[in-house]
Amino acid sequence: MSGKTLYDKLWDSHVVTDRPDGSSLIYIDRHMLHEVTSPQAFEGLRIAGRKPWRIDANLATVDHNVPTTGRESGVEGIEDPISRTQVQTLDQNCNEFGIVEYGMNDKRQGIVHVIGPEQGATLPGMTVVCGDSHTSTHGAFGALAHGIGTSEVEHVLASQCLVQKKSKNMLIQVDGELKPGITGKDVMLAIIGTIGTAGGTGYAIEYAGSAIRSLSMEARMTICNMSIEAGARAGMVAVDDKTIDYVKGRPMAPKGEMWDQAVEAWRDLTSDPDAAFDKVVHLDAADIEPQVSWGTSPEMVTNIGGRVPNPANESDPIKREGMERALKYMGLKADTPMTDIKLDRVFIGSCTNARIEDLRQAAAIVEGHKVAPTLKQAMVVPGSGMVKAQAEQEGLDKVFLEAGFEWREPGCSMCLGMNPDQLGEGEHCASTSNRNFEGRQGFGGRTHLVNPAMAAAAAINGHFVDISDFYSKAG
Amino acid sequence: MKAFTKHTGLVAPLDRSNVDTDMIIPKQFLKSIKRTGFGPNLFDELRYMDGGEPGKDNSQRPLNPDFVLNQPRYQGASVLLARANFGCGSSREHAPWALEDFGFRAIIAPSFADIFYNNCFKNGLLPLVLEEKEVDELFKSVEAVEGYSVTVDLESQTVSTPEGKTYSFEVDEFRKHCLLNGLDDIGVTLEDADSIHAYEARRRQEAPWLFPAE
Repeated sequence: MSGKTLYDKLWDSHVVTDRPDGSSLIYIDRHMLHEVTSPQAFEGLRIAGRKPWRIDANLATVDHNVPTTGRESGVEGIEDPISRTQVQTLDQNCNEFGIVEYGMNDKRQGIVHVIGPEQGATLPGMTVVCGDSHTSTHGAFGALAHGIGTSEVEHVLASQCLVQKKSKNMLIQVDGELKPGITGKDVMLAIIGTIGTAGGTGYAIEYAGSAIRSLSMEARMTICNMSIEAGARAGMVAVDDKTIDYVKGRPMAPKGEMWDQAVEAWRDLTSDPDAAFDKVVHLDAADIEPQVSWGTSPEMVTNIGGRVPNPANESDPIKREGMERALKYMGLKADTPMTDIKLDRVFIGSCTNARIEDLRQAAAIVEGHKVAPTLKQAMVVPGSGMVKAQAEQEGLDKVFLEAGFEWREPGCSMCLGMNPDQLGEGEHCASTSNRNFEGRQGFGGRTHLVNPAMAAAAAINGHFVDISDFYSKAG
Repeated sequence: MKAFTKHTGLVAPLDRSNVDTDMIIPKQFLKSIKRTGFGPNLFDELRYMDGGEPGKDNSQRPLNPDFVLNQPRYQGASVLLARANFGCGSSREHAPWALEDFGFRAIIAPSFADIFYNNCFKNGLLPLVLEEKEVDELFKSVEAVEGYSVTVDLESQTVSTPEGKTYSFEVDEFRKHCLLNGLDDIGVTLEDADSIHAYEARRRQEAPWLFPAE
């Protein structure tokens, strides 16, 4: 019998009961909540007269809807009355049910997927769920983490469990040495470009190989974050020293003897050498270049040195039609060099790329330069209040502000534009977020997904540039 | 939840792959704290020529005549015929809420994104997978014949067409059981409360750091 994958181990340790119909009841260790996908779940609890099963397993914050400016007047000051109501509704629900919430002006507030790891609310070996598809982020800790719908939010609140069917195992092995300046974002966009946005459907993905091992925890979070863009609900990385070092000392991490006991258990959170995967994909790290998306799906991505593809070269008629539609929406001509695409706005933020290392990488490029005068806006939205404070302590805010960037309060912001941070119709944006869907960042807005340094360089030049030179000079 | 047993309805074809949940229901409508009322904004950016906002009178907005759901022959459609990877992207359950609120009871596609697929079952909406070539056949028939309706039977797991063809589909037993009976699956889970308590007691021994101090 072959050994177990990391996913097998996480699954097995959370099975409450296996049912005769082939489904299982899976226990949830950590449930994160935000204002958009929870109100109907709390309402459901009230209607059914149910109480949360285990209050301490829940942690809430407001992120999707909150404004990134003018927070002085608090929640009352949110201009959009519908957004305000939704934020207030989470406050009320958390109050009523006794759930810990980092409210809008709490310094720990931020994007759920940034604050979970930051606070040590995400730990190796946990099952982590949230009514948000980017919950896969937490898998970077050797955790089983995935997004759920609102009915399941209610289900977890009421029972601390989910009814699940086990996914298949996929291994994505990235070996070799990454070129200087190649980030987790580039690795993940290259993976999605290879396997497609439905490539991981039905699978739990484990990212492994020497290139993944070489990446920091934050870069691994970026990779796991976009598992859903590859079709997989959950993505994960095995535990190693980096994982344990990152977790140590976090506010909600275990302490003292309990810490030692936990670390001993966490060391086993790796796939056994003889574990069998249903599908294995190999990528050579040395082949990965800075990535830029050209279309309206994250799989529509190419190297910075590449060109907008020509649909005429696509043999599959459905794919060709999709490409033609994407080019029309994006206002791009086939065969245009990626570096010729002019930009209107630049957004550095989101649960994918708004952690301190992301801001450092962007600031390193920005330092001593100015945002191109052709740009309407360049903004940096830190992932959390803690990231913001850290960046300010390092003086990164000044680097951005002096260059002409806006320095905002934490939240999801222009990644999905539920708050006032949106693209105008026809505007091109270099964005460090995760989705380039039609209308995602604003009605008619045109998103190009890139890493933070690429976004920063694009802001300075007004168009995409290859930043490889910057890194080769820096040595 | 509304039960789903057997449904006969007009089919509307949405001929594009990778339809994401942002497209099904754009973000500005996610600010609602209710489960209902999303139907008028289903596929908002495809359906209307202007940008939609919550509270806007949709009856006054310019419709996109090219969009399939605006075409007279598909008025009253309750079965959506779609392409691969339908429902990808955001986990927003507002997507099935909007489809259901609009009047859809079943969606036929060669594949669905996992979270969306799962969310449908919680809302009396049946997503069913047919083979790519079967979906192709249906697209051809729907476009050729005005008023093309199919019958979706969950009990027998079949789709029957007016020409007398029958396609079979797979569905998990538990999901089928809940949908056929309109069951609240939280209620079903809570019948296992003793197992959940037993798990917690066992797990607290193995991994005490996952629980608050007693």
